Amino acid sequence: MSNYLLSLAIWIPIFGGFGVLVAGSLGDDSKARATALLVAVVGFLVTIPLWTGFDVANGGMQFVELKTWIPRFNINYHLGVDGISMLFVLLNAFITIIVVAAGWEVIQNKVAQYNAAFLIMSGLMNGIFTSLDGVLFYVFFEASLIPLYLIIGIWGGPKRVYAAFKFFLYTLFGSLLLLIALMYLFIQSGGSFSILEWHKLPLQLGPQIWIFLAFMISFAVKVPMWPVHTWLPDAHVEAPTGGSIVLAAIALKLGAYGFLRFSLPIAPDASHELSSLVIGLSLIAVVYIGFVALVQSDMKKLVAYSSIAHMGFVTLGFFLFSAIGIEGALVQMVSHGFVSGAMFFCIGVMYDRVHSRQIADYGGVVNTMPKFAALFMLFSMANAGLPATSGFIGEFMIILGAVKLNFWVAFAAASSLIVGAAYTLWMYKRVVFGDVANHHVAEMSDINKREFAILGVLALCTLGMGLYPQPFTEVMHASVNELLNHVNISKIH
Amino acid sequence: MFDNFVVPDLLPAAPEIFLAVMALAILMIDLLVKDSRRTVTFVLTQLTLVGCALLQFGSSTGEIVYTFSNMFVDDLMSDLLKLFLYMTVIVVMFYSRGYIIERPTMNKGEYYVLTLFATLGMMVMISANHFLTIYLGLELLSLSLYAMVAMNRDSATSTEAAMKYFVLGALASGLLLYGMSMIYGATGTLEITGVGERLLSGGVNKSVLVFGLVFLVSGLAFKLGVVPFHMWIPDVYHGAPTSVTLFIGSAPKLAAFAIVMRLLVNGLITMAADWQMMLIILSVLSMAIGNLAAIAQTNLKRMLAYSAISHMGFMLLGITTGVVSGDARYALNAYSSAMFYVIAYVMMSAGTFGMILLMSRAGFEADNLEDFKGLNKRSPWFAGVMLMLMFSMAGVPFFIGFFAKFSVLQAVVAAGYMWLAIVAVLFSLIGAFYYLRVVKLMYFDAPADETPIAAGLDMKILVSVNGLAVAGFGIFPQMIMSLCAYALLRSL
Repeated sequence: MSNYLLSLAIWIPIFGGFGVLVAGSLGDDSKARATALLVAVVGFLVTIPLWTGFDVANGGMQFVELKTWIPRFNINYHLGVDGISMLFVLLNAFITIIVVAAGWEVIQNKVAQYNAAFLIMSGLMNGIFTSLDGVLFYVFFEASLIPLYLIIGIWGGPKRVYAAFKFFLYTLFGSLLLLIALMYLFIQSGGSFSILEWHKLPLQLGPQIWIFLAFMISFAVKVPMWPVHTWLPDAHVEAPTGGSIVLAAIALKLGAYGFLRFSLPIAPDASHELSSLVIGLSLIAVVYIGFVALVQSDMKKLVAYSSIAHMGFVTLGFFLFSAIGIEGALVQMVSHGFVSGAMFFCIGVMYDRVHSRQIADYGGVVNTMPKFAALFMLFSMANAGLPATSGFIGEFMIILGAVKLNFWVAFAAASSLIVGAAYTLWMYKRVVFGDVANHHVAEMSDINKREFAILGVLALCTLGMGLYPQPFTEVMHASVNELLNHVNISKIH
Repeated sequence: MFDNFVVPDLLPAAPEIFLAVMALAILMIDLLVKDSRRTVTFVLTQLTLVGCALLQFGSSTGEIVYTFSNMFVDDLMSDLLKLFLYMTVIVVMFYSRGYIIERPTMNKGEYYVLTLFATLGMMVMISANHFLTIYLGLELLSLSLYAMVAMNRDSATSTEAAMKYFVLGALASGLLLYGMSMIYGATGTLEITGVGERLLSGGVNKSVLVFGLVFLVSGLAFKLGVVPFHMWIPDVYHGAPTSVTLFIGSAPKLAAFAIVMRLLVNGLITMAADWQMMLIILSVLSMAIGNLAAIAQTNLKRMLAYSAISHMGFMLLGITTGVVSGDARYALNAYSSAMFYVIAYVMMSAGTFGMILLMSRAGFEADNLEDFKGLNKRSPWFAGVMLMLMFSMAGVPFFIGFFAKFSVLQAVVAAGYMWLAIVAVLFSLIGAFYYLRVVKLMYFDAPADETPIAAGLDMKILVSVNGLAVAGFGIFPQMIMSLCAYALLRSL
């Protein structure tokens, strides 16, 4: 059974998604919702044994499945998780439940298709995180654009079509270059698409640089890094709440994950060579995008920009080439999954009541929604990186790693703590505190049980990870060391 | 003097002979059938095609067999292509049926007989080992198609398209013939394998040969519909009755692939250095102009016409890169990738035009992009099928179009043409835009009218099966891929 856990984690949501479509066409919307929730919960339950059965001392791939898929090109159905990818599979399965629950009452239009799209998306993303074959990875990577394109385009806001096209074409552009790099590696390795074999492939510096750049364009669009980040605010603003949660919590991690799985171990010398470029772009994302976030008048856009800044921290952490940097980045990614997911959900809660995301349309929400205001405060604090929340751990580790590299890099990165606190808390202040701004706010009702449950669970995760990060770092430790072995040994002979 | 006359081995050509006899028989039988009982003709046509497929299986030896004094060849490549051809024509006939029944000027026995003759022409092209056989097959195909395009004689656009097709097609045939005659002049033979041997042994007038090659490639480019010989494609696709567009847009691509392989690879492989660059230019131009012009279209049939141009350009990449390294394994890989691409394209193209036919009613052609607005509201399932077809055309996994593009690109990269792969990829990205727009219309826009789709059950099943095949072979492409590779391995 445990040999098929990863396949189950991928295919239960996908086939479940089609099941939801069937349920929706047979019965009413409530049947579709119930089926979707069931599928999401089952999908999460099958990932639990991954956590419990994971051998933290082993830095290699576990729960490996290997079957021939397309022998003509030596393409295999090759799955496996290590400490780096396992957390994301869990996070993804968990967020899927949140997303289904978040759309429960809000989505009244094409309910079955909505839930099916998210479930299929979730399965495809699990596929990305567990693929050990280059083509299999690519197939999942690109196929996941389809559901997200539909999610933004069908259930999104007024400029949804523009945002959906922009999102699709930007990421497709990136992934097509990835495809060519994969084919090049296939030929260099004498006919193998195995990612793990590519890790061992000796390559000269020239080819490494080209491969690194092809990978980087692809993953940088997905992360997204400055200056190819412009699709993200559009996508976030137009996407429905569930779409924003999935985008921020999982989809942005795909690019960062790609750096760890492809760029660093396959082209280690090029990574060292070009690390200053990536660090430079990351710092621009952290500092400049932080200031951009400061001036936003739309809450969703503000959090979207803060996501870019947080992901800048992640790419910065990777290219410090130290265990603390990479682990910090991984912690930051998981934490960002909880916190940004919660932030977008909070904005969605307010939007459902007032139908506006403009900060200026709010004020004094605490008077009408005290429970909500308290939870929202927690997530705002976490977003700003306050100690005892999960947001603090990752940033702290990355800054610590950066100090070893260069004081000024660390200084620039640390300044984001101030900017981050400024934009998040200032937004929180303007929205939540003060007098009740208008009759819309006065009519707002506090969160119901469903909303409270969602935010409560996310709050527990945020606090739990902030107070006791040990289980998370423990899982990734051996795998990160394994990765560093590949990164710190030159491939040039 | 009759002592020298040897009865040729008829067995390799058994399907062609059967089809020719049956087509003539159906022409006769149809005279006795009333308009209301045209089903008889339809059933006979389909049975003929099935019979051809069975004969193809029966007569196939797996070896390369020449007959009719080396004018005709039966090898695994031709067997496989013909089997796909029969399958395609059978599907096309099923798709067209409802459409032509609703249009009385088209519901004639000639429609079926012309289809059969066109099929015969394609079969001859696929199996030709002689310039004249190629020409014979090509003209049989073309003349049948000219008539079919014009069949809806009440429509001015149809007539205009037929005229255009006829004039330009005749020009293309002339170019091809001129090229062939020059090659004959240089080598002294019309037999394709003979040309190859003569070139290998040397002593051939190179400048005449290159001249001939230029004309030959131009003629082929015309028939394939690649830039700059593509002008007829949008008008013919647009003007022809949709069921005929479906036919033109699918099956002939298989035959065109076959003659490109026969002429350039079997016959003129020693000239590869000369034709390779021409094909690269043709394919880059096709991908560029095809994809860019498709964006500007408001008519779905025109859009698909431009997309066909770009797809044929992409397919040519596979053939082009086969000869670079001289390594037989790479060559095989490249040619089989092109063949796989053609087969995948035919499958997708048939499905897409099938969708237009599905949405059409008497007196209404659903060939404007606007007609697909809000299809998701009217019929989620058929919107889903169209979505699969569009993403497949764009080359997004899990659909067959992805692996078709994948295998061609892989061949291009293996040949060391990294820049060409990047160019191809960039134009695919542009192509994705207009396929996405169809999905956008179906899913993001509100329908203009809510009328349910009034198509027959057979039509609905067929479109669904076609769509699912595009997805199914996208997840398990190995079978068709290996078939192509194996057939080419045993044929080259």
